[in-house]
Amino acid sequence: MNPIIELDQLRIEFGKRRILHDIKGALRGRCIGLLGPNGAGKTTLIHTLLGFHKPASGTARVFGRDIRTEIKDIRTYIGYMPERDAFIANQTCVHFVRLMAELSGLPSEAALERAHEALFYVGLGEARYRKLGTYSLGMKQLAKLAQAIAHGPKLIFLDEPTNGLDPPARKRMLELIREVRDSGSAGIVFSSHLLRDVEECCDEVLIMKGGHIAAICNLEEERRANRRFVEMETRGATPEFAAAIGSLGCEYAMTGEQRVKLVMSDGLEVRDIYKLAAERNVQIRRLNYKRDSLEDIFLKAME
Amino acid sequence: MAVYEHTYKPYEGKLTSAWSRFLVLPRYAYQDLFKYKLFTALFVLCYVCPLIYTILIYLRHNVSALAIFGANASDIARELPIGGTFFFIFTVIQTLLSFIFTVIVGPVLISRDLANNALPLYLCRPFSRFEYIIGKMSVLMILLSAITLVPGLLLFLFQSYLEGGGWMAENWWIASAIFTLSFLTLVMLALLAMAFSAWIKWRTAASAALFAVLIIPFPVGFSIQGLFNTTVGHLLSPIMAFISLAKLLFRLEWTDAILTSGEAWFVFAAYAAICLLMLSRKVRAYEVVS
Repeated sequence: MNPIIELDQLRIEFGKRRILHDIKGALRGRCIGLLGPNGAGKTTLIHTLLGFHKPASGTARVFGRDIRTEIKDIRTYIGYMPERDAFIANQTCVHFVRLMAELSGLPSEAALERAHEALFYVGLGEARYRKLGTYSLGMKQLAKLAQAIAHGPKLIFLDEPTNGLDPPARKRMLELIREVRDSGSAGIVFSSHLLRDVEECCDEVLIMKGGHIAAICNLEEERRANRRFVEMETRGATPEFAAAIGSLGCEYAMTGEQRVKLVMSDGLEVRDIYKLAAERNVQIRRLNYKRDSLEDIFLKAME
Repeated sequence: MAVYEHTYKPYEGKLTSAWSRFLVLPRYAYQDLFKYKLFTALFVLCYVCPLIYTILIYLRHNVSALAIFGANASDIARELPIGGTFFFIFTVIQTLLSFIFTVIVGPVLISRDLANNALPLYLCRPFSRFEYIIGKMSVLMILLSAITLVPGLLLFLFQSYLEGGGWMAENWWIASAIFTLSFLTLVMLALLAMAFSAWIKWRTAASAALFAVLIIPFPVGFSIQGLFNTTVGHLLSPIMAFISLAKLLFRLEWTDAILTSGEAWFVFAAYAAICLLMLSRKVRAYEVVS
């Protein structure tokens, strides 16, 4: 699969201050999470990919197109939802979204049609003729999402889309992001501080720290791999029981008196473990797929 | 992304040509402006002068109409010569009106976008800073052209049609003067309004600044001339540049041009360069604060 975004020794400097330090990597996920503490360079990276900042050296490619030379072409395919409040005062929401769609190149009638559709899609259908200035914070976030998707981009940059949202609005926003992701029609780059939001939506994560890439992690592969790791809490487990598990082709370790960790061999099912335990008169009180959560991955990257 | 389907679908239809997208901005701006009845009424009022001028030109060429008023065609021709001065006065009146429109429309052109952080939304699309400035500029340019440039040239054509006999060929310089002076004024007004709009968020302050920059250098130039006996002070004044250039272009004999043609052009060029510099500093998706 071709990478959606390629970073090739990308360096960004504001005056003498270096913000991104020769970062390199390729991102292929349908929904790419950008994680990192404040000042890590997430927003700068998004802005650079949008062509707002010129690289001091190196470059980046979006859909194989170079941001140095083909930025106008790249912008045809992308939508952007900024972190801060951004709208045009004194306009109704539908007017605003239509204007944005027209600036992206849609003919007037198509832009109006798509503006209505986008606003219904994000849940602002009933409020679309209200002026943007009268919207609540959650509604403004949804309006920003509507303008980012109205022209049907192939890649959508979402900068902190759940900022300031109450729990139902946050849930709705995440649902929308997952829906767009699952439609397969557009990739998403999702920048957030909230690990849980990223974990719920993203299949690949780029973790940044101090302008460097701390980790690039394919969450889908992690999840798949983690399904083979099992942690059991038992009653009556003996080293012989552990050895019997080993004889099934698993790697194992007893981590406590009654705790067994194992990596299941290919073809082995959890029911086989239960069967073995029943034969040996061992009670399995708890069985977890031991999974490195995104938090673990993030904390490891921050070390 | 049909409403009933509630799924996301990319747009696969035709796109508009990239060069024409800047025209979206004036279209939306006019939709907003002409919603106000007062604005529309003011705009209509701007055509009173062109209407009077049309009637004057018509009467001057219509003997039977003149007879109704008991006037003699040769007297009228003597009293109302249609030449440089005739069209110069028209251009000045319409330019003053265009200045009023600039004060109404100009100060909010960019300030609203800056106040609401809308610039990243414009500039994340296939729409450059240059196109943004041209788009915003054309809001004023098209509006003011409809008041100054277009009626001026139409009046010239009307006069040429009624006069006939090679009048147009003899007086082409009048059309050239109307076009050059009106266009120059429009560009200057649009650039000044946009520059102040980008730097001053408060509408009243931006309007006041616009007034100040256009009017204050005019008496200042005369003060400097009175004190130091030099015309250098007039190089600060766009109004003096306008008058001097008008004198040359309309071949006016009743007034003195204080600035030479080159100096007048220099004043316009300097103001335009400063405005563009101001705009380039402010019209950015994000301002990097050191």
